[in-house]
Amino acid sequence: MPTIRVYDREGKLHELDAPVGWSVMEVIREAGLPIEAACGGCCACATCHVYVDPSWLGRLEPPHADETLMLDEAFQVQDNSRLSCQIKVTPELDGLTVTLAPEF
Amino acid sequence: MNGETISTDLVIIGAGPVGLFAVFEAGLLGLRCHLVDTLDKIGGQCAELYPDKPIYDIPAVPRCTGQELIDRLLEQIRPFEPAFHLREQAERLERAENGKWRVTTSAGTVFEAPAVAIAAGAGSFVPRRLPLPEAERFEGRSLFYAVRRSEAFHGHRIVVAGGGDSALDWVLALQPHAASIALVHRRDEFRAAPKSVERMRRLAAEGALRLIIGQIAGLEGRDGELEAVRIRTQDGREERLDCDRLLAFYGLKMELGPIANWGLALDKGQIKVDTEAFETNLPGVFAIGDICTYPGKLKLILSGFHEAALMCQKAFRYCRPNERLVFRYTTSSTDLQKKLGVI
Repeated sequence: MPTIRVYDREGKLHELDAPVGWSVMEVIREAGLPIEAACGGCCACATCHVYVDPSWLGRLEPPHADETLMLDEAFQVQDNSRLSCQIKVTPELDGLTVTLAPEF
Repeated sequence: MNGETISTDLVIIGAGPVGLFAVFEAGLLGLRCHLVDTLDKIGGQCAELYPDKPIYDIPAVPRCTGQELIDRLLEQIRPFEPAFHLREQAERLERAENGKWRVTTSAGTVFEAPAVAIAAGAGSFVPRRLPLPEAERFEGRSLFYAVRRSEAFHGHRIVVAGGGDSALDWVLALQPHAASIALVHRRDEFRAAPKSVERMRRLAAEGALRLIIGQIAGLEGRDGELEAVRIRTQDGREERLDCDRLLAFYGLKMELGPIANWGLALDKGQIKVDTEAFETNLPGVFAIGDICTYPGKLKLILSGFHEAALMCQKAFRYCRPNERLVFRYTTSSTDLQKKLGVI
């Protein structure tokens, strides 16, 4: 099973089992890390905002227009900002590293 | 509303799909309902978060959008004439001297009812606050997340942040009255109505407003009075913009709000209920839909519908203690069909 590496807001690293086909948001939420994901993963809020490690950016499918629009409601958006509900776990993403964006 | 108390059978807090269906189930039992919601529209998350998104897991409805689901529920409950109190937050819940529950809203509306159903989903929608440590010092003085009276902004040097309809609508409405006005958005694309975006761009081209692509990075000022905002522009520079009013529109988020202080037994921000009647630790106060929790709870709209039906059976006993409840089907009961207005 792929592993996803998640830095929480205190900077602590969590290595999480990530079943293929789950979204990164689901992996984070099911591990009990603090991610709000208010809309449940339908790209209708911006509360699963993460920063993707720059070395991984090029290996992800680029965001859809929907996701880019929703990121407008997030704060401290950076070039490596993504909504984690929109990143699907594949075997190729083994080792993907993300950081939880600040809560607000 | 001042001083006048609304007496009813069931007060429903939250006008999302589950609150709406509770009106139906209550209506079949002859119970009148009043609904309270902080949003300016009916439908909760379905209408606010995902009106155009498809839903596939409503029994016998293979596909409908969030808004379509709400429209259909409204049609279904129309015979029961529910009363809606929108843009009001249920603030207090207490026992009245007559033994009924008294619910008081942020607008001062007071209800008294034998039963209360909390169908508040993930809580109240409230504006997202600016996540800067210094924001608190300015909130309510010179930093606002909504406009109560637009006159209060006249003659000021205003900065508006955001790219949606609220941001654009207020930029356009305040521009003629402002000493100066700037719109700050993180990218040069806007999800607001194209007409508003076009008008904003025309005003920007004429020099009547400033459009800055960037994100708010800091606030400056003292004693709650803003003097400037710092903006990190797309190319990483920081720009300082003089202003004395900041309006930030970053959408809405959900929080439990005053419900947390009502003496309800909670578990991780959700209200604990039994699975027989979805009643809380307060007799006559129920919780249904996403806001309630019990072993095996699934946050599905269909679960909320089930919870609403069972809840109404018990609510009836509080509302009509001297009447017997007979279980009937809409298919065969002329009594129910009369209530529905179909015969």
